[in-house]
Amino acid sequence: MAVEARPKLDAHKLRTDFPIFDGEVNGKPLAYLDSAASAQKPRQVLDAIRDFYETSYANVHRGVYKLAEDATAGYEGARAKIASFLNAPSEREVIFTRSATEGINLVAYAWGLDNLGPGDVVVVTELEHHSNFVPWQYVAKRTGAEFRAIPFDDHGELTLESLDEIAAAGNVKVVANNLVSNSLGTINPSERLGAWAHEQGAIMVVDAAQAAPHRTVDVQALGADFVAISSHKMCGPTGVGALWGKRELLERMSPFNLGGEMIRSVKLDKTTWNELPYKFEAGTPAIAEAVGFGAAVDYLTEIGLEAIEAHEHELLAYALDKLGEIEGVTCYGPPPERRAGIVSFNVDGIHPHDVAQVLDWEGIAIRAGHHCTQPLMTRLGIAATSRASFYLYSVREEIDRLVAGVERVKKVLG
Amino acid sequence: MSEFDQLYREVILDHYKNPRGHGVMEDADADAEGMNPLCGDEVTIYVRFGEDSDTIDEVKFSGRGCAISQAATSMLTEMVQGKKASEVATLDKDELLDEIGIPLTPIRLKCAMLGLTTLKVALHKAKGTPLPQGLAGYDELELT
Repeated sequence: MAVEARPKLDAHKLRTDFPIFDGEVNGKPLAYLDSAASAQKPRQVLDAIRDFYETSYANVHRGVYKLAEDATAGYEGARAKIASFLNAPSEREVIFTRSATEGINLVAYAWGLDNLGPGDVVVVTELEHHSNFVPWQYVAKRTGAEFRAIPFDDHGELTLESLDEIAAAGNVKVVANNLVSNSLGTINPSERLGAWAHEQGAIMVVDAAQAAPHRTVDVQALGADFVAISSHKMCGPTGVGALWGKRELLERMSPFNLGGEMIRSVKLDKTTWNELPYKFEAGTPAIAEAVGFGAAVDYLTEIGLEAIEAHEHELLAYALDKLGEIEGVTCYGPPPERRAGIVSFNVDGIHPHDVAQVLDWEGIAIRAGHHCTQPLMTRLGIAATSRASFYLYSVREEIDRLVAGVERVKKVLG
Repeated sequence: MSEFDQLYREVILDHYKNPRGHGVMEDADADAEGMNPLCGDEVTIYVRFGEDSDTIDEVKFSGRGCAISQAATSMLTEMVQGKKASEVATLDKDELLDEIGIPLTPIRLKCAMLGLTTLKVALHKAKGTPLPQGLAGYDELELT
C-alpha cells in the first residue's frame, strides 16, 4: 500500500536563496528568529523587483504605450497570483493596500463609519495585534457603538463561552480576529467566529497577516467577509499588502482614499467611483512592490504551504522542548498542536530587552517587547516577552544557539 | 572589552541588581507615571521636597523595566538629590548619559531616558516646570 509522503522542505537548501544569510552579525552567522515581525527576502523576489524596474517599469493603467502596458500586466498579474493564493472567487475582490494594517483601516473607515451606530456592538479579541484592535476601538467610539473584546484563557486560547454575553450587549455588527496571534502563535477559531458573526448578522474581518505566510488561507473556506494580508511577512517587499473582500460588500461601501485612479468621472458638482478593485486604489500604487509580492507568492506556492507549516511545527515543538528544559524560563501560549511557529517566553527576573540584547551579540535576532499587543500583555500580567519565531529558512541549529544564548543571559544578568 | 561587557559593565549591573531609591513613597510631594511604549516598561517616580519645598530631598521609583532603564533610574535618584526642581527640569540628558557611561543604541536610549523624562513630568505637575521637549503638546486619544 502506498503511503503518501508528508510534504517536506529542505531549510538548509532554501537558506541559500536568501542573501542575508551570507553575511554576519557581530561577527557571528545570523540566526534570524524574528520572521513574525518580518520575513527575509529570497533572490527570486529581489530579482523580480529589479527585473521589473529594468525592463517593464512605467506607471500603471492609463498609459497607451508599450511600457505602460507591460507595467500594468505585471501589476495585474500580481493581483491574479494573490487572488489565486487566497482562493478568492474573483481578482476584482483583491485590493492592493500598503499593509494589512491599511486593509483593516480601510474596512473600519469605509464600512464602519457608514454602518455602525449606538446599539451596535463591535467585537474584537484580547489576542489581537493593535492593527486589528485600535481601528475598531476608534470607529466604535466615533459612531457610538459598543466595543467588546473576547477574552482568552491561561493557554492563550479564546474563551468562546463569552459570546452569548457579548451578543446580549446589542446588535453585533463586526467581529474582527487574527487567524494567528502574532504574540503567542495561537491558531484562532476564525471560522467558528465567522459563523457566529453571520448568525448575528455581523461581518467577519480576519487579520491573516500572521497566518498567510505559514499556512493555507482560503477565504472561501474561512467564510470571512474581509481578509487582510501583508507582503513583507511572506518574503515579499515592504509597503504593500492586500485586502480581500466580498464583492457585494465592497460595491456597497464608500471609498476610503480619494484621488486619481479611484474615479470614473469627475465634474464640478459630482464624482463617481471607479469599478472594483480600483475604487479602493487611489493614487499611484506600490507597483514594483506588488510585482515583488506576486513573486513571493510564487515562491511560497512552489515550496508549498503545507511543507512550510509542517517544517515550522517541527521547529516549534523542538524549541518548546529545549526552552522548557531551562530553569526559570516560562513559555506562553497553547500546546504545539494548536499554534504556529512562534514562541513567546520570559526568563525569570530578566527583562526581555536584556535577553534580546545579549542574544544580539551572539548574532541571534529575536524580538522583545509587547509585540503591539498591549491588552494581551496586560491580561497575562506581564509588560513584555521575548519572542522567537520561525519560517521556512529556520533551522534547528538556530534554536540550539538560542538556548545556549538564554543560558548566557542567565549567567550575566541572573 | 567587548561591546557586551561595556553595556552591562559592573556599575550598571550593580545599580540594576541593587537599585537605589527603589520603592513606593506614600506621601510624595510629586509623582508621575511613565511608560516606554516600545517595550511596555512602566515606572512611577516619587519626589519629596525639602523644607524650602523646592530642593529635592528624596526620589524613589517603582515599576519594571530592563537593566538599562532600571540602572539609569537608580543612578538618577542619586544624581538629583539636593538639586532644585528648576535645575532638574532643565537637566540635560547628556549629564545622565555621562553618568551611565556606555554607548547606547537609539532604542536603548529610550530605556535610559524613561526615568528622567518621568521625573520631569512629576516636577511639571507639582511645580509647573517645563516639560521635556517632545512631550509638550502631547495628548492621548481619550477613549473612555
